[in-house]
Amino acid sequence: MPDALLRLYPEAERRFSLAAADVGSLIDALDRQWPGMGHCLKDSRPAVRKHISIMIDGERARLDTPIPPGVIVHVLTAISGG
Amino acid sequence: MAKRVVLLIGTKKGVFIAQSNEAREDWALSGPFCDTWPINHVIGDAETGTIYAAGGNAWFGPSVWKSSDLGGTWTRSGEGLAYAEGEEPVTSAWSLAKAHGDIHVGVEPAGLFISKDDGQSFSHVAALRGHPSRETWVPGAGGLILHSIVKHPEDPDQVWVAISTAGVFHTEDGGKTFSARNKGTRAGFMPEGMQYPDTGQCVHCIVMAAGRPDRLYQQNHTGMYRCDDGGEQWVSIEEGLPSEFGFPAAAHPHDPDTVYFIPLNGAIEGRYVPDGKAAVWRSRDAGATWTALRTGLPQENAFFGVLRQAMATDNLDQAGIYFGSNTGALYASRDEGDSWSMIAQHLPVIHSVETMVIHD
Repeated sequence: MPDALLRLYPEAERRFSLAAADVGSLIDALDRQWPGMGHCLKDSRPAVRKHISIMIDGERARLDTPIPPGVIVHVLTAISGG
Repeated sequence: MAKRVVLLIGTKKGVFIAQSNEAREDWALSGPFCDTWPINHVIGDAETGTIYAAGGNAWFGPSVWKSSDLGGTWTRSGEGLAYAEGEEPVTSAWSLAKAHGDIHVGVEPAGLFISKDDGQSFSHVAALRGHPSRETWVPGAGGLILHSIVKHPEDPDQVWVAISTAGVFHTEDGGKTFSARNKGTRAGFMPEGMQYPDTGQCVHCIVMAAGRPDRLYQQNHTGMYRCDDGGEQWVSIEEGLPSEFGFPAAAHPHDPDTVYFIPLNGAIEGRYVPDGKAAVWRSRDAGATWTALRTGLPQENAFFGVLRQAMATDNLDQAGIYFGSNTGALYASRDEGDSWSMIAQHLPVIHSVETMVIHD
């Protein structure tokens, strides 16, 4: 999880395990655990927010991108939004 | 009981708060707050001492921040600040107004939201974007933004909103329907013969006169205006001012005939104070005549502008007037504008200035 998001959710952990079939489900799970975090990561299009990158195996993922078991998912604040 | 005068300053890098006593001679500055997010408008509820800050972060979208302890701690919510699924995203919260227990929030792209739980969650007032003129709304230089909200002091169902570039809209049924209120205001950037449309004006700021909810003053992209009928018919009051262009307006807290503008040198001239000499202009007769107020303001090599919500008054008997520049300087007058002093500098670009007077 990126520093900028952890500043908004200081109770969240930087690295943790979570079960989710795809990125959209992952964001929903994050929102259940830390209310409001979902709004920070996806918008009404619906899509991952423009300046957020969710990376799986080095590729930028969409909401419908599947998450293989055991993979590390990186949530990044894109340099374009800084 | 002693009073504390609190200035609420929204900037490109967070909220700043300046505090003084009734003398308004010495100011203590604190901030930046809200995680240095871009903050477009900060307001205070003097009854509760609560501060609300509207902004948007490029990463995380729009939010309204809230503090109940003069900035010591903050909470933040963007819950519900979104259009329906499939619609374009709300990128930032731009304007706030609180009255009758509800908070109205203007956003980009232009639309209106309401919170009935003191800023914990928001719901879309869809009728505004449902107005028949919606397809004609176009962005101004800064975007398609709902910049200004005025709520009727006694009637909770009446709200006026101002959009760049769509105009002024009014509801008298609590947001179920909206009507355009732009008659008499000029869209000077349109061709001759097309400059007085029903909608499409670029309205920068509207404010309500003290004790007269029927009277509004307006700073438009092309002109300064007054209405005495809730916006049904606007009249130009720019004669005597050095420019038709400017951003903020401020109404005197007690006298409905007194209003302040800061004309800038023109939309394509640089948008700074005319001739590099700073002045706030005051009318004591509802816009019939104007006085330039310059004492204490820089009179050479001043190339700053003042943005749409960056001028305000306090409500003390001898009204204080305040404005913040887009070069990060904060100016104050404690004699209704007759003289000025700079009370803070080197702040980030100042987007908004509002006041809150509370009891100590």
